[in-house]
Amino acid sequence: MAKVILQLGELTCPSCMTKIQKAVQNQDGVSNVKVLFNAGKVRADIDESKTSADKLSEVITDLGYEVLKTKVKEIA
Amino acid sequence: MTKLNIWISKHQNQMTVTIAILIAISLISKFLLHFEIAATIFMIAASIIGAIPIALHAFTALQNKVISIELLVTIAVIGAFIIGEFEESAVVTFLFLFGNYLEQKTLEKTRSSVKSLTKMAPTTAELVNEDGQTETVDVDDLDEGDHVLVKPGGQIPVDGKIIDGTGYMNEASITGESTPVKKGIGDKVFAGSLTDNGTITVETTSVGEDTTFGKIIELVEEAQDSQSPAARFIDKFATYYTPAVLIIGILVWIFTQDFPLAITVLVLGCPGALVIGAPVSNVAGIGNGAKNGILMKGGNAVNSFAHVDTLVLDKTGTLTTGKMSVTDVDNFGNDKDEMLSLLSAVEKTSDHPLGQAIVNYVKDLGITETKKLPELDTVKGQGLVGQNDQFKILVGNERLMKNNDVQVSATQRKAINSRMNDGDSVVLMAVDQELRLVVGVNDQLRSDAKEGLQALKDAGLKRIVMLTGDNKVAAQRVAERLPIDEVHAELLPEDKVEYVKKFQEQGSTVAFVGDGINDSPSLATADIGIGMGTGTDVAIETSDIILVKSSFDALAHAYVLAKKTVANTKENIIIAVGTVALLLLGLIVGIIHMGSGMFVHEVSILVVIFNAMRLIRNKPAKLDTDQVLKTAN
Repeated sequence: MAKVILQLGELTCPSCMTKIQKAVQNQDGVSNVKVLFNAGKVRADIDESKTSADKLSEVITDLGYEVLKTKVKEIA
Repeated sequence: MTKLNIWISKHQNQMTVTIAILIAISLISKFLLHFEIAATIFMIAASIIGAIPIALHAFTALQNKVISIELLVTIAVIGAFIIGEFEESAVVTFLFLFGNYLEQKTLEKTRSSVKSLTKMAPTTAELVNEDGQTETVDVDDLDEGDHVLVKPGGQIPVDGKIIDGTGYMNEASITGESTPVKKGIGDKVFAGSLTDNGTITVETTSVGEDTTFGKIIELVEEAQDSQSPAARFIDKFATYYTPAVLIIGILVWIFTQDFPLAITVLVLGCPGALVIGAPVSNVAGIGNGAKNGILMKGGNAVNSFAHVDTLVLDKTGTLTTGKMSVTDVDNFGNDKDEMLSLLSAVEKTSDHPLGQAIVNYVKDLGITETKKLPELDTVKGQGLVGQNDQFKILVGNERLMKNNDVQVSATQRKAINSRMNDGDSVVLMAVDQELRLVVGVNDQLRSDAKEGLQALKDAGLKRIVMLTGDNKVAAQRVAERLPIDEVHAELLPEDKVEYVKKFQEQGSTVAFVGDGINDSPSLATADIGIGMGTGTDVAIETSDIILVKSSFDALAHAYVLAKKTVANTKENIIIAVGTVALLLLGLIVGIIHMGSGMFVHEVSILVVIFNAMRLIRNKPAKLDTDQVLKTAN
């Protein structure tokens, strides 16, 4: 398991948040998704055997949002 | 598709400008040049350019099973297009995009307070390699145990322990205290604090989001998103509301066969201000708090705090600083200054907190030490004894005097008793078997406690209760000097919880203020737990509101801010609902059309954002001391 933090560009519409939330949640091996609307951050726990931070970043980019920075931290 | 998506979201503002220009050209063609066909073509071009980004948003949302505002607007624009209302469709897309732009700009403002906080987070560090060379690395690449070098004026990049060097640290970002603190080898330092001078090497204990500063930022970021009950309700409402508007639009079309009316309903039904109104107040309110050292854990905390009517305070470390200071000195003889200088010299050799208080007191009087001291011995639980060929000195408690056969006269006895009645700790000094000084030392009351509590009462707080583990005399003595309604002393931590529960059963909404360490149960039981003191992990976790700076000014400001934020949220909901109601009325009367409806919507969104922005500017109120004194007397 790993904790992923993605820093996005500024989010302005509350509906973006629902969109990102759902898109990331629907990925296999992703749990505890949290979209921080005001901070423009997405936090999630991922199972590295099923998905990766790059994959999530791709999903979000596909929705039309820029991913500025990704951070991955191993958790036990 | 992805590339197009990103290109469009990046160039949305330029597209908005293009649409504005096209609309302007079209209007010129129509009214000045009377060239109708050109006017129509420009309007069509504007509509198409404007509709693309909106439709794309609508589409990606739909892919994720979200019916968004964009979908309503897209359908309305396409509808207007079909019936040949190109002017309407162009104006609607322009206003929608321009509104988005303004929303983005103004939202940035409401988020600015937290942004300025995150900007203070360190990004790079000077890593010391094994060969002693340093290299600049990203803080994210640091690990526990790494040694980092911090130069004078530099920012400490990690939480850690000093292993080399000393310096003065400015820890304002963590403790709210901007007076630099001296730190040396073995002392803990915090990421985000600054060195005023001195070069130090720090051994890393935690990095990034795990540092105290990282946790503070994380907390504020999450707080801004964790919504108040009102905002949550509206959010839920909006998820059903938007599809409902779509259905109503369709129903209107079916039953009235009036297609223009149906698409107007879609535009007017956009939830706009309703969705953004409540959260934006919270973001602004919480942001203002964060800037002033008040961390409120989300909309719930703000909401409950605003409704608090009973404030329960711990004494030691909350109402008092937890630091000892001299309350009174009785001198028996006519060489007070010399005696004090002697006492200070003796106390300097001990690191007892009472001794420290006396040393500071004497230093503040400007008395310098003169006499040479004899060798001193510690008598455990009693004090210090010293003797040389010139004199014998005893410094300590009554037992020390008794055991050394020092006589205590009636006046001296009275002085000692009066100190003890005030709840002070008493330090006695005898020179050559004669009692010369009686010094009372006590925990210092926070300088702004009185003003702060009075301000809280003025802001509508009904009852202030002090609970303490201390003895009754000491408790009463503190309470007398403050606008406190009830005092309960000699309590254990579990007794304090019982009091909090009792108040809640009486129907009060209770806030508990404590230092977060031994008061955790009470902090958790109260409707609102307020952690006062340094930003320790325990306090951050158990409290709903954290006062980074231990001040009652901050507490009073937090209370007022919470009340204002809740009021602001209500105002915004009224504005939003009022707008929808007015628009519907306008539609029925027949004065509102698609374009003007969209305009009113966008204006209402800006109004709620501007209304929320008033909270950012809300400064902590400086109290009029005269007025406070008058009320207190």
